[in-house]
Amino acid sequence: MPKIKIQSRSPHVDMTPLVDLFSLLLTFFMLTATFRPMEPVPVDTPFSISEKPTPDANFMTVMLAPGTPGKVYFNFDNGPDTILHFRPKILEEMGKRYNIVFTAEELKKFEKLTESFGVSIQDMKKYLSISDVKERNKIETGIPTDSIDNQLALWVLFARQVNPAIQAMIKGDANVEYPLVKKVLDILQDKNVNKFSLITNLEKIEITEAKTQ
Amino acid sequence: MAEIIQEDKHKGGKKKPKKHSNHIDMTPMVDLMCLLITFFMLTVAFSKPKVMDIILPEKIQKNEKVEPPKIADSRTLNIILGPDDIVYWYPGKADPAAPPPLQVTDFSDTGIRQVLYERNKALFDKIDEFQKKVLKGDIVIKSTEKVTQQDSIASIIKRIKKDDDTGPIVLIKAYKTSKYKNFVDIIDEMSIVGIARYIFTDISWVEEGMVTTALGGTPAPAPKPN
Repeated sequence: MPKIKIQSRSPHVDMTPLVDLFSLLLTFFMLTATFRPMEPVPVDTPFSISEKPTPDANFMTVMLAPGTPGKVYFNFDNGPDTILHFRPKILEEMGKRYNIVFTAEELKKFEKLTESFGVSIQDMKKYLSISDVKERNKIETGIPTDSIDNQLALWVLFARQVNPAIQAMIKGDANVEYPLVKKVLDILQDKNVNKFSLITNLEKIEITEAKTQ
Repeated sequence: MAEIIQEDKHKGGKKKPKKHSNHIDMTPMVDLMCLLITFFMLTVAFSKPKVMDIILPEKIQKNEKVEPPKIADSRTLNIILGPDDIVYWYPGKADPAAPPPLQVTDFSDTGIRQVLYERNKALFDKIDEFQKKVLKGDIVIKSTEKVTQQDSIASIIKRIKKDDDTGPIVLIKAYKTSKYKNFVDIIDEMSIVGIARYIFTDISWVEEGMVTTALGGTPAPAPKPN
């Protein structure tokens, strides 16, 4: 009786389809990726039925963090085009007002940051010198908003001077107390900003015929 | 996933030429791709946050004298945002001598929305009727090069709202312990019910006292007139 020959096969699995699928997925994710900016504090925005998406450029965001008293953070974008360099320009203007000269290196570093900042302009140099995010968050005590040294108002002013098309957005945590919101709205209105966009999450609400009748 | 490579240890003898399969080992590539996909999947933000626009009236300058707009008491509806998601409302004007009773409600479907809806029924029906007609095809709105159909419908609804003269004028006030969430919620309710005229104003001392009483405290005495 002839012996049945068992073919010795290498333990290879053909990975080509797997690689195909993976490259497809990878391409998809890479192209659709819009990165979440790292925020110094987690902010849970309230829900609304608005379907308007957030703008990609020309915005300044006032972030209201929860806590007592709530901290105010500020952020603005670099303009619709990368050659505009709005971020360093605004910081430079702000520095001029407080007689603080920022080096080219510091301006560059500030331009690259995407997260909101919550430090007074006096601490900005120290803030920019720290490279670790967690260490940096420790010195963020919120932007001064009191009437003696209202730095938020000045940030808003310079942001609008440098970029006239800038839109004001408010990103508040759902549990921020109303007086802080009122304060920020007042500061913005003092600087003649009367139109705001409140950042919210989309909520699903079904309005049925029976309900409305 | 690593491959086990068996090494033949032949001492001496003829060296056989190794048989190379025409496979390329793709394992490292797959490893890397797995890693990258995981990274992108975790960092990607699919749902962009939405924005809700509000426009506040310009502030009155200090030396500027502006006549307060005359609003019929019968049309005014005051909403006061209270703590713990409570909403207080009362119609008309608050008389310091005899404050009107505060109605208590909440942000549920049958809460403040029902109150607003009942008062805004005429306008709401008008908008509803218009939208139904568009859906049925009684009114044909064509999209042009400049304006899309959706935009022109929105602008017609805006015009219906602007022409409205029966709906309520809602004055929204916030008590000091209310939350930002309530502020957003109430604007949201306004757009759901289609209120044409609403405004945020500062809470007056009379109203503050009314809420404090409703919460079980003693209201602060009236401020001295300047």
